[in-house]
Amino acid sequence: MATYTLKYVEKKPLSFSVPVVAAAGAFAGIFVGAAQGSIWQGILAGAVLMAILTFLAQGVLSESMEKPFRWGMVVLFAAGGYVFGEIPGIVVGAIFGVFYGWFIYWIGQGRYREKLLPYLTPGQVLGHFAFRVICGMIFFFLITPIVVVMPLSFNAEDFFTFTPEMLSFDPEGYSLKHYRDFFTSPDWQQALWNSVAIAPVATLLSVSFGTLAAIGLSSEHVPFRRAIMAILISPMIVPLIISAAGMYFFYSRLGLQGTYWGVVLAHAALGIPFVIITVTATLVGFDRSLTRAAANMGADPVTTFFRVQMPLILPGVISGGLFAFITSFDEVVVVLFVGSAGQKTLPWQMFIGLREQISPTILAVATILVSISIVLLTTVEFLRRRSERMRGLSPG
Amino acid sequence: MKLTTTLLASTAVAVSTAGAVTAQDMANSMTLVSWGGAYQNSQVKAYAEPYKEMNPDLEIVWDESSNEAVAKLRAMDEAGNVTWDVVDVVAADALRLCDEGLAMEIDPEEMLAEAPDGTSAEDDFGDMLVGDCFIPQIVYSTTFGYRTDMVPEGVEPPSEICDVFDLETYPGKRALEKRPINNMEWALLCDGVAKDEVYDVLATEEGQQQALDKLATIKDDVIWWSDGADTPQLLADGEVFMGSTYNGRLFSVIEEQGQPVAMMWDAQVFDLDGWIIPANLPEDRLARALDFIYFATDTQRLADQAKYISYGPARESSAPMVGQHADLGIDMAPHMPTDPENSKNTFLYNYEFWADYRDDIDAKFQSWLAG
Repeated sequence: MATYTLKYVEKKPLSFSVPVVAAAGAFAGIFVGAAQGSIWQGILAGAVLMAILTFLAQGVLSESMEKPFRWGMVVLFAAGGYVFGEIPGIVVGAIFGVFYGWFIYWIGQGRYREKLLPYLTPGQVLGHFAFRVICGMIFFFLITPIVVVMPLSFNAEDFFTFTPEMLSFDPEGYSLKHYRDFFTSPDWQQALWNSVAIAPVATLLSVSFGTLAAIGLSSEHVPFRRAIMAILISPMIVPLIISAAGMYFFYSRLGLQGTYWGVVLAHAALGIPFVIITVTATLVGFDRSLTRAAANMGADPVTTFFRVQMPLILPGVISGGLFAFITSFDEVVVVLFVGSAGQKTLPWQMFIGLREQISPTILAVATILVSISIVLLTTVEFLRRRSERMRGLSPG
Repeated sequence: MKLTTTLLASTAVAVSTAGAVTAQDMANSMTLVSWGGAYQNSQVKAYAEPYKEMNPDLEIVWDESSNEAVAKLRAMDEAGNVTWDVVDVVAADALRLCDEGLAMEIDPEEMLAEAPDGTSAEDDFGDMLVGDCFIPQIVYSTTFGYRTDMVPEGVEPPSEICDVFDLETYPGKRALEKRPINNMEWALLCDGVAKDEVYDVLATEEGQQQALDKLATIKDDVIWWSDGADTPQLLADGEVFMGSTYNGRLFSVIEEQGQPVAMMWDAQVFDLDGWIIPANLPEDRLARALDFIYFATDTQRLADQAKYISYGPARESSAPMVGQHADLGIDMAPHMPTDPENSKNTFLYNYEFWADYRDDIDAKFQSWLAG
């Protein structure tokens, strides 16, 4: 049984802080090493460098030297960064310096315990931080690929490459030409127009059918509810390529293949499961006595639906509609089968562009689409909160 | 009175339809299938735009599906709904489609234009007319390009195919296509097999193993590509020292993008690309497709295409008419794979050999790659 004193923030022994910081240094060394050509050298160098610095800070220098030491690290790392990567290297190096300067003292002086409950065991403390690190990494790996393409879309050259001019922040290395290409090329404009013409109609169909299906399936007297539900959800479960091939042959016989309405119907079928799931979820919290009360007051079922039920399940309908819209807007497999060249959508055009000609125009389009998605989702979230506030469902 | 007006009116209708017969025979829209990118762009500029000028009512739709043309045409045929009118494919795919009855047989004498001097189409295209369905358009080659700034100091830049296999003199990564075709031939050539014996050797088990063994000497330094756009990207990144790809792609990297890359024409492999017309098209669409083909494969049009991309026209009569690049204003002739200076040592894609051995050697190559 370990005994704990009240003072939890205390200097840790070197046998603890040196290996921990060295391990963190080795982790950073993976990336620096990979960029310089040898991962193992990077790991080794990172670990050794951090071990030495920690030993210096915690074992040799006194605690009052913290500030000068941390500034020294920033300068040292920035200089090191310059050697490896010139101007951008300085920025990256300085960030490394700030972080590791802080980290050495954070570990070495036991400050990581400051905000934790005093009675946690070392295992629980480790678990707490491991959890945070894992969450951070998940965000990092989800976001990085999206963030990396954004500066590349301003590339002055026609390749997916960070040119030396770009890395030294030379204005010559940047250009808006890929955006210009997107807005002036008839291919891209046609594709944009096709997407804009297909997605809203497909969304409208999925929302109408999906909402009706969800309401019907949530009333208890419908027979075979589960079986019907499973069939309606199946486009989400069956591999897309199978649905696509099936639709291709079926629509060909009906004469729908290669037509605007064929693509709209196919996308509506893909969007319906999302609407059913979100609307069913909101219907769980819906009080059926409200519809009976409305009927009692003389409202017919249609009026009841639009005046009573619809406003209450609206959040579910809207988020289902959003998913349906994004499904249609992002979809490439089904449209490749069901559409013909006349219905080339944006994802299709991007797919072609990526395969035939690796052109950063795709990245410009991606950046625009990401920006639109962010604006769209922010707006919807804002509206939702506002309506909740106005209806008094949530405080503030 | 009433009867006469009706009669008159119907006669007028009959006359006007009779006069419009030729125009109505042809469909008003046409779907062309090609490869996308700079290549398709050259076809738009050289064939489609002038053709559209002659036929203002025509709607031309492009579909960038040549890569999967065989599979898609099979599916369309099965579904009884062929939506393509003219399809651009490599010669090997054209042979397959022809064998399966998915492409229409053509008669060059009747369907293709004569050369300006009266030479028949059959003679003008000559050896390029492989198979019964293929309408040749261009000669392209698969060859190597290398980064000029990565050549080690004091060493001559690579100029021979065997330099690709020489890791000591030319250290660095190579980009090779992820399929046995071309790679196996090059490997044997650099393992001491004489050029005219390459296919005899490659037909034997030991010969195939010999080629794979030679490739194994550089395997650790190879990045395998599958799309034509890969090698230009890898070269521009400096990720590889040298890599094989289509010569038009390298032209674009060097002349249009100004990258520090140079061509290595030694042992380039010629291949053909051209049109096919899907079998069993409805009459009006077939008439339109044939009309377009007749126009787009005449001597002038084929020579015009070379203004936009460095692929050689398939007609002999087009060669002297090849001029300058439309935007850059440089002479295109020295950039053609068929230029005498570039074609001192060449291969022609051996359709017969690969038709017979492809499945077998493909399987061996893939398992060698994985092993």
